[in-house]
Amino acid sequence: MATRHDTAAPPVKEGGAAPARASADAAPTEAEQRHRARLSRRWQRDIRWSPYAFVSPFFLLFLAFGLFPLIYTGWASLHQVELTAPTDMEWVGLRNYTRIFDDDFFWNAAKNTLTIGIIATVPQLLMAMGLAHILNYKLRASTFYRVAMLAPYATSIAAASLVFVLLFGRDYGMINWALHQVGIGAVDWQNDKWPSQFAVSSIIIWRWTGYNALIYLAAMQAIPQDLYESAALDGASRWRQFLHVTLPALRPTILFTVVVSTIGASQVFGEPLLFDANKGASGGAEHQFQTLGLYLYEQGWVNQHLGRASAIAWTMFLILILVGIVNYVISRRLRASS
Amino acid sequence: MTTTLTPPADSADNAADAAKAPRRSRRPRSARAGGTLHGGPIAYAILILFTLGSLFPLVWTAIAASRDNNRLAQTPPPFWFGSNLFRNLDVAWTDANLGEAFFNTTFVAGVSAAAVVIMSTIAGFAFAKLRFRGRGALMLIVIGTMMVPPQLSVIPLYMMVAKLDWTDQLQAVILPSLVSAFGVFFMRQYLIQALPDELIEAARVDGASSWRVVWHIVFPAARPAMAVLGMLTFVQTWNDFLWPFLVLTQTGNPTVQVAVAGLGRGYTPDQSLIMAGALLGTLPLLLVFAIFGKQIVGGIMQGAVKG
Repeated sequence: MATRHDTAAPPVKEGGAAPARASADAAPTEAEQRHRARLSRRWQRDIRWSPYAFVSPFFLLFLAFGLFPLIYTGWASLHQVELTAPTDMEWVGLRNYTRIFDDDFFWNAAKNTLTIGIIATVPQLLMAMGLAHILNYKLRASTFYRVAMLAPYATSIAAASLVFVLLFGRDYGMINWALHQVGIGAVDWQNDKWPSQFAVSSIIIWRWTGYNALIYLAAMQAIPQDLYESAALDGASRWRQFLHVTLPALRPTILFTVVVSTIGASQVFGEPLLFDANKGASGGAEHQFQTLGLYLYEQGWVNQHLGRASAIAWTMFLILILVGIVNYVISRRLRASS
Repeated sequence: MTTTLTPPADSADNAADAAKAPRRSRRPRSARAGGTLHGGPIAYAILILFTLGSLFPLVWTAIAASRDNNRLAQTPPPFWFGSNLFRNLDVAWTDANLGEAFFNTTFVAGVSAAAVVIMSTIAGFAFAKLRFRGRGALMLIVIGTMMVPPQLSVIPLYMMVAKLDWTDQLQAVILPSLVSAFGVFFMRQYLIQALPDELIEAARVDGASSWRVVWHIVFPAARPAMAVLGMLTFVQTWNDFLWPFLVLTQTGNPTVQVAVAGLGRGYTPDQSLIMAGALLGTLPLLLVFAIFGKQIVGGIMQGAVKG
């Protein structure tokens, strides 16, 4: 690395790196001492403040696009604000909250978000765990499986949802055709409550299972081999090894994926929006698969009540914090018990 | 929450282990569990099944895009390609204004990937290698922000954009995507391991300023992780739906996702055209995956968190 000697800080005590012209004189001139002192001060400032300079772009942008909106949403949720005139705010206190809590569609959306979240997350993480376990074997072409399983991750919500709408079509869809071949009658994936929720969930499962499998695989590969060997010498079967070595070692990773998936599931929006044959934001004719994210959009952008939409957003946030606390408590209990 | 980086795929270790252990080991069979055990036929069957499940919807998109609309409204659904692919792609391209959408999306995703990579690298370096007051608390904030749902910020952002008269403008999409807590975290994890402290100290002794250390030492050392983070950010921004959908009206200045979604929301939908649009919207990223798949997989596994 090239060093520009004019900006380099000469060590004060040892004369070694001092500039060549000064080496003739035993005592540095007054000007040089001032020069050195200045460099030394600049050096100190650099060491002290540059870390803050390095992290400040992130935090400035975060303040503008993360923290400020978070707080402002809370403020807006206490006002009546319409989409047509977003700067006209009229204080209404908690009325937005009481109104959405009185709204059956809110509770319906909350329930749907929960059930779709469970249908999408639980099988997804279980399958990801199984896949990771298999991928952890020595396999031919293991990179190929990993990349292929990650291909859905490269597909957008928009494209994936449109394809699944066709696959789940009632009359000409591939899935009903396959069911027909094995003697099961047509399922109305669009209009029946549970089938439609399953269909929406399947889009999420399809896109994220491979991704989560890779995360589990990474954690599994970090488990020391000798743990397995000593467990085996103690006579543990492979299943017991999985239960007593793999799972405990993976607990933090599992917790992480559960938290991330929960956050993702609480925000499901594009899938139910595009899965709707009526092209609306109601999540099906009977709101049978309207999620909170979709309900927020309907209140804010279709019905144009931004204040109420803000109240929904903050309610979602509070629910997530609650989920986070519950997760934390559970994980502490688990850690304490083991 | 303590975090550690998973070591790079330890298949080499496993191979060494396997080589050490004779094929007929006297240890119980189960002693060779974990990474050293070879997959049996069942393992392969399950993997192939999942691979097919992953790829089938994508392949079928192409099949449906190569048919005409009437053929899609029949049973059994088509299992092989028809002859309309290029005509459908052409019509979808024009109808959805995909040319402009591609340009927009590439621009948005490119700018945001570049910004995220640079900012995350220097911030990640500071968190990984520099001592400063408040480091722990600030890092906690970074991790905490990964948990804040984007929907919370959508409404004020929309108000800001509306006030600035930026609806339908690309900067409305770009600005919020410039910042990534995950990126900072990812680069920090990488640099802790990949950047020896001695290298920084040596540069310091030579009198390099912090910025010179970043430019001449951190950036070169971080290059592999920067490439992975750049690709991940590009994929994510390319696929982003909620925010572009809200700020870009569907005729104004669409991104690919908004344009593709718009195809599906016409009143007399032509399914084969929709599939052609979906295919066009997915193809560029699938190409990226086909080329850089291995690196992306490695990157995701490297970013995997152990709390």
